Amino acid sequence: MNIHEHQAKELLKRYGVPVPRGGVVYASTEVRDITDGLGSRLVVKAQIHAGGRGKGGGVRLVNGTDEAERAAEQILGMTLTTPQTGPLGRLVRRVLVEEGVDIVRELYLGLAVERSLSRVVMMASAAGGVNIEEVAAANPEKIHQISIDPNYGLFAFQARQLACKLSLPPQIAEKVSAAMLASYRAFLALDAALLEINPLVVTKQGDVIALDAKINLDSNALFRHQDLQNLRDVGEEDDLEVEASKYKLSYIRLDGDIGCMVNGAGLAMATMDTIKLAGGEPANFLDVGGGATAEQIRNALKILLADANVKAVLINVFGGILRCDILAKGLVEACGELQTHPPIVIRMEGTNVEKGRGLLADSGLNFTTADTMLEAAKQAVSLATKK
Amino acid sequence: MAVLVDGATRLLVQGLTGREGAFHARQAADYGTNIVGGVTPGKGALTHDGWPVFDTVSEAVQETAANASVIFVPPRVAGDAIVEAAEAGIELIVCVTEGIPTLDMVRVLAYLDGRSTRLVGPNCPGVLSAGKGKAGIIPSHIAQPGRVGIVSKSGTLTYEAMYQLSQSGLGQTTCIGIGGDPLIGTTFVDALNLFREDPETEAVVLIGEIGGTAEEEAARLINDGYEKPVVGFIAGQTAPPGRRMGHAGAIIAGGKGTALEKMEALADAGVTVVSDAGSIGMAMMERLRR
Repeated sequence: MNIHEHQAKELLKRYGVPVPRGGVVYASTEVRDITDGLGSRLVVKAQIHAGGRGKGGGVRLVNGTDEAERAAEQILGMTLTTPQTGPLGRLVRRVLVEEGVDIVRELYLGLAVERSLSRVVMMASAAGGVNIEEVAAANPEKIHQISIDPNYGLFAFQARQLACKLSLPPQIAEKVSAAMLASYRAFLALDAALLEINPLVVTKQGDVIALDAKINLDSNALFRHQDLQNLRDVGEEDDLEVEASKYKLSYIRLDGDIGCMVNGAGLAMATMDTIKLAGGEPANFLDVGGGATAEQIRNALKILLADANVKAVLINVFGGILRCDILAKGLVEACGELQTHPPIVIRMEGTNVEKGRGLLADSGLNFTTADTMLEAAKQAVSLATKK
Repeated sequence: MAVLVDGATRLLVQGLTGREGAFHARQAADYGTNIVGGVTPGKGALTHDGWPVFDTVSEAVQETAANASVIFVPPRVAGDAIVEAAEAGIELIVCVTEGIPTLDMVRVLAYLDGRSTRLVGPNCPGVLSAGKGKAGIIPSHIAQPGRVGIVSKSGTLTYEAMYQLSQSGLGQTTCIGIGGDPLIGTTFVDALNLFREDPETEAVVLIGEIGGTAEEEAARLINDGYEKPVVGFIAGQTAPPGRRMGHAGAIIAGGKGTALEKMEALADAGVTVVSDAGSIGMAMMERLRR
C-alpha cells in the first residue's frame, strides 16, 4: 500500500528520523494554522502518490505565510502531471507546508527486501536528490549496499561503515548513521516493503533531515497494523480498482479495449500477452482467483464492463479448483441480467468442461467459444475492431 | 522415479480441519497419497475424515512418522507453521497459503538456511508426481505419468502446461509450483537440479513471470551446461511497470524484472522460449523430436 509523503514523514519522526517541521492541509485557509513558528522560508508540496512533483509544478518555495497561502490555493485542486502519473495526471487534494532548509549535501537512503538474498538491504549514496534508478543504471558504484541478518538486526558499526562511504565529516556521519538505524527500526516496525529518503539532506547548520520520504507498506501485513490501515487514500486509486478490491478481486485497469477475466494471476498475465500477440490491447488485468463462486464471476463481469473502453470481452478459464460449470452458471446469470453487453469470447478447459460448455450452449445467450487461447484472443480482437 | 513426492511420502496436513485443508486432503488421498494425519492446534485427539488430528507437528511426527507436510493455515500464522514443521524434522514442507507478510518470510528463510528441510512455496499450488501422489492443490485428473518435469511460479499456468503435455502424450514426471511470492523456498535453480538427478525426467518446462531475477539465475545454470532440453514461458510481457500483477512478487520494480529480460536470458542459454502459453506442449514435442 502506498502512502503520502506527509504520512511517511510523520511515521519516520515517530521512530527518530529528523524531518522538517510542518503539517498537511486540505484547504489554503488552514495554512496559517501550520506556519506559526516555521520562519519565513516555506515550502508547499503537492501530496499525490507519484514522484517527480517538482517538475510538474507541484512544489513551491515561498516567502511568508501569505505567499504560502496563495501557493496552496493554486496547487490544491490542480491536476498534476509528472512522469509517474501518466498523461491524465492526478488531482491534488492535500498539500504539505514545511519550513525551508539550507541544503549543503543531498544523500540517498533506502531500505527494501532483496529477493535474491531473502534479506532486508540498506542502500546509501552520496548522489541523492536525483532519480536513484538512473544513478543505479549509469553509476552503480555510487550506490553502497549492505544486507541485514534478521537474526541480529542492523549493528551500529554497519551503519557507521555505510555512512563512512559517503565522504562526510565525522559529526555528520554520526548523524547519518543514527538516521540509518532509526530508518531500519521504522522499516521493521511498520512492515514496510520499501522505505526511501531521497534526499536525506545535510543542512548548513549541520543537521541531517529527511527532506522527502516514500514508504510502501506490505499489504499482507496490514492485519497487524490497525493504525496504518487508516493511511490508505482511496482518492489516489482507480475507482474501479477500489470497487474490485471490495469483492476481493485482483483488478488493474489498462489502456486497451479488450476486457479480460481469468482465473489465476499467471494465466491472467499470459492472457494479456496473448491478446497483444493477436494484435489487440488488453483493457485490464483481472484475476478472479482459484475458488471463485458464481457470485464472484458476476461481480467480476460488472467491474469489467464498467470500463467504457471495453469493446469485447475475453474470458479464459482453466478449471482446476474453479470448475467450468460454476463459471458457466455465473456467466449465464450475469449476462441474463444485462440489457446489452459487448461480444464475449469464452475459452475454457479443465474440470467439468463439457458440463460448462453445455450450460453456455443451452442458455440461448450469445457467446463465442474458442478452443485455444490464441484462437480466443484472435476472435476477441476481430470482434473489438468490428464496427 | 519422480522428485519430492512419491510412494515413500508420509504426508501431514497442517490445517486439516479447515475448509481448504479438508477438501484438498481428501483429493490427495483419493489420488493415492499416503496422508498420515493432520495438525490443528486445540483439536488434538479428534479424528477428521478418518485421520488422527494432533495439536502440534512434533507430536504428529512422533505418532505417525510423517516426513512431509502441506500447510493450509491462514497467512498470519503460516510463517510460524513452516518453522514448527521444520523444527519437528519434516523433510519436505509445501506451503499453499497466500498472503504471508514478507518480513515473516525473511525470518522463516533465515531459520531454514543451513537446514536440510526443503520448503516449496509459499503462495503455490504445491507438488504433484504423476500417478504417485501430491502435496498441494494441483488437480490430479489433468496429470498423466510421462517424461517431462514442470517448474512454475504460477498455479493455473502449471495446469495449462500439464494439460498440454497430457494432450500431446508426453505426460509429466513431477510438477512443482514454486509460488508467486517475492520470498520463496525452492527456486527454479533448485528444481532444475532436482530434475537433473531424476532419470525419468527427460525434459523440463519452466514457467516464470515478471519480477525478481530467479529466471535469470536459472538461465545461468542452464548456460553452464544443463543436460536436458528446457522449454520456457514468461508471463507478463504486457504488464505495466510498478504494478503488482496479482502475485505479490509479480512486479517490475525500478525497470528491473521485465519479461523481455528474462526471455532473452533464457533464450541465450539455449531454452526454447515461447511467447504464447498455449504452445508450450507443441514446443516440447518439437524439442524432443530433435
